[in-house]
Amino acid sequence: MLDIKKLSVAVEGKTILKDVDLQIGKGEVLVLFGPNGSGKTTLIKAIMGFGGYSVKRGQMLFRDKVINNFSIEEREHLGIGIMHQHPPKIRGVKLSQIAQFLCKNEKKIKDLARRLSLEEHLDRDINLGFSGGEMKRSELFQVLLQDPHLLLLDEPESGVDLENISIMGKVLNDYLARQDKSALIITHTGYILDYINAEKGCVMMEGEFWCEGNPKEIFESIKKSGYEKCKECQWQKKS
Amino acid sequence: MQGVPVAKEELIKNFNQKDMESIASSGMDLSESMRCASFLQQDNKVLLQRSLSDAVDILSTPQALKKFPRLKKYFGKSFKSLNRDYPKDTEGGYFIRVKKGRTVKLPIQACLFLKTKKFEQKVHNVIIVEEGARVYLITGCAASSVAHEGFHLGISEFFVQKGGYLNFTMVHSWREDVSVRPISIAMVEEGASFISNYVCLRPVREIIMYPTAVALGSGARVSFNSLILSHPSTLQDIGSRVIFKAKNAQAEIVARAVSLGGKVIARGHLKAEEQDVKAHLECRGLLLSKQGIIHAIPELETDFRDVDLSHEAAIGKISRDEIEYLCSRGFSQQEAQAIIIRGFMDIDILGLPQVLRKEIKELEDKTLKASL
Ligand SMILES: Nc1ncnc2c1ncn2[C@@H]1O[C@H](COP(=O)(O)OP(=O)(O)OP(=O)(O)O)[C@@H](O)[C@H]1O
Ligand SMILES: [Mg+2]
Repeated sequence: MLDIKKLSVAVEGKTILKDVDLQIGKGEVLVLFGPNGSGKTTLIKAIMGFGGYSVKRGQMLFRDKVINNFSIEEREHLGIGIMHQHPPKIRGVKLSQIAQFLCKNEKKIKDLARRLSLEEHLDRDINLGFSGGEMKRSELFQVLLQDPHLLLLDEPESGVDLENISIMGKVLNDYLARQDKSALIITHTGYILDYINAEKGCVMMEGEFWCEGNPKEIFESIKKSGYEKCKECQWQKKS
Repeated sequence: MQGVPVAKEELIKNFNQKDMESIASSGMDLSESMRCASFLQQDNKVLLQRSLSDAVDILSTPQALKKFPRLKKYFGKSFKSLNRDYPKDTEGGYFIRVKKGRTVKLPIQACLFLKTKKFEQKVHNVIIVEEGARVYLITGCAASSVAHEGFHLGISEFFVQKGGYLNFTMVHSWREDVSVRPISIAMVEEGASFISNYVCLRPVREIIMYPTAVALGSGARVSFNSLILSHPSTLQDIGSRVIFKAKNAQAEIVARAVSLGGKVIARGHLKAEEQDVKAHLECRGLLLSKQGIIHAIPELETDFRDVDLSHEAAIGKISRDEIEYLCSRGFSQQEAQAIIIRGFMDIDILGLPQVLRKEIKELEDKTLKASL
């Protein structure tokens, strides 16, 4: 599905990602951990092709196509969907407008909006005045309507209350399990692990992949010892 | 003044297809199906004046002055009250009176149409909304495809009497070589509301206007809302002014301007000559071209401490984050840009009545689609 080789990415002239290798197979879910500022969002934005994230080296293959020079919307059309960590607010553009563009099935929109308690938000300007949790739900809502092969989820549960995490987790798991979809999920809280079936986890440190393993075990170890201890941990540095 | 109003069939015959489109693009509905009264003046000829409601008088201003001598005092009254002069060489214009206490559900419509090349259309309109009456008025100003170098001067005097409500929507649909000078004053009495919605999306060579509303009594409310699209090599110097001559009055001025390469001067002036006044002025501009200029000039003025006047202005280009966000949802760059502009030019910032909202939205969609 996704195959990234020796990817280096610079932001504002500063190299953030260094020689990152990453594979995500069909139906596979990869959970990405890492301290603040380690480059997790940068990785997702580079995969999606956002301006300002310039690929210095390496190759990104998605469904057997080199996507390095693809525009953002071409990547979307190929089947990559992103849930933004900090989505912009857009005045005068309604959530329903985007939903209807993404999905022609009005019933599906209504159903998903109901499940995610977003029915009243459909008629509002996107993200304008949305609470933190509402913003996350609206992001999940949109990306699922998009129906991508690969989901890039940037902290889907940050700032979301436990009840809503449970709702979001179930909705997400339904999607992943039912359709053999792939995902890259960034999390700090680890709550999402309770709802989805993820076999692979890894830690990013200072723009490099540090280690790989069972996501729950990695998370437990981070919880116990923090990222400081990662450098000297029992797992091998990945490269 | 020349000509007398003609029958509808005659009227339609008077226009070719392009004229009809232009007139329709200013919000004038010649079928009159959703209107309660209509007025149409072409150059200096009145072609239509008809009221379908006994609550509404509508006729040309010169005729009205003859027919209702006691209304003469209104002609020029608002200018005198502000010690301002006004051009006297006008021909025609509409006179509208909505009778005391009456609520009119369907809008009244008026259209000022420039037909002939180089014609100088100069009108003087008088609108009286009597005590407790409520009404929507939509005025369209349009030019024919051959009205090159045309000129339009439109004087409007609004009198919204005690407890009255006037929702006035003006749509300008001119041509790139037409110059326009609207001059208007609204006198808003105790407990009365004056809402002005202005839409100008088609090219116009030059338009200079600074409509003023005067809050004369306690509880008066004024709102000026405008949507302006500026085309290359054009000038739109457009302001809104509210003068408070009474306590406990409120006003809001909201303007959105998008420049595709022309110059917009967005003025706003809130002047509190009394205390206990609350008013806000907001101007947002979006520059889509290097040639475009948007100059926001907000002014707040008062001698009193006990007032709440505020303003905010923001001008910039489209944010890359917003474009990329929409692209990540599968929109192309152009689609994303168009969606953001159309969102920015949100007709919901206007205080449109429900009966006009859909119409104006469709009108806006069509015009923006053609322009972007
Ligand atoms: N536009 C930018 N300009 C300057 N520096 C940037 C920019 N975007 C990212 N960076 C820097 O790149 C580094 C990685 O940022 P990134 O957002 O990828 O971190 P992250 O791992 O997602 O962190 P968090 O867990 O806090 O979300 C940070 O040091 C950040 O300051
Ligand atoms: Mg991040």
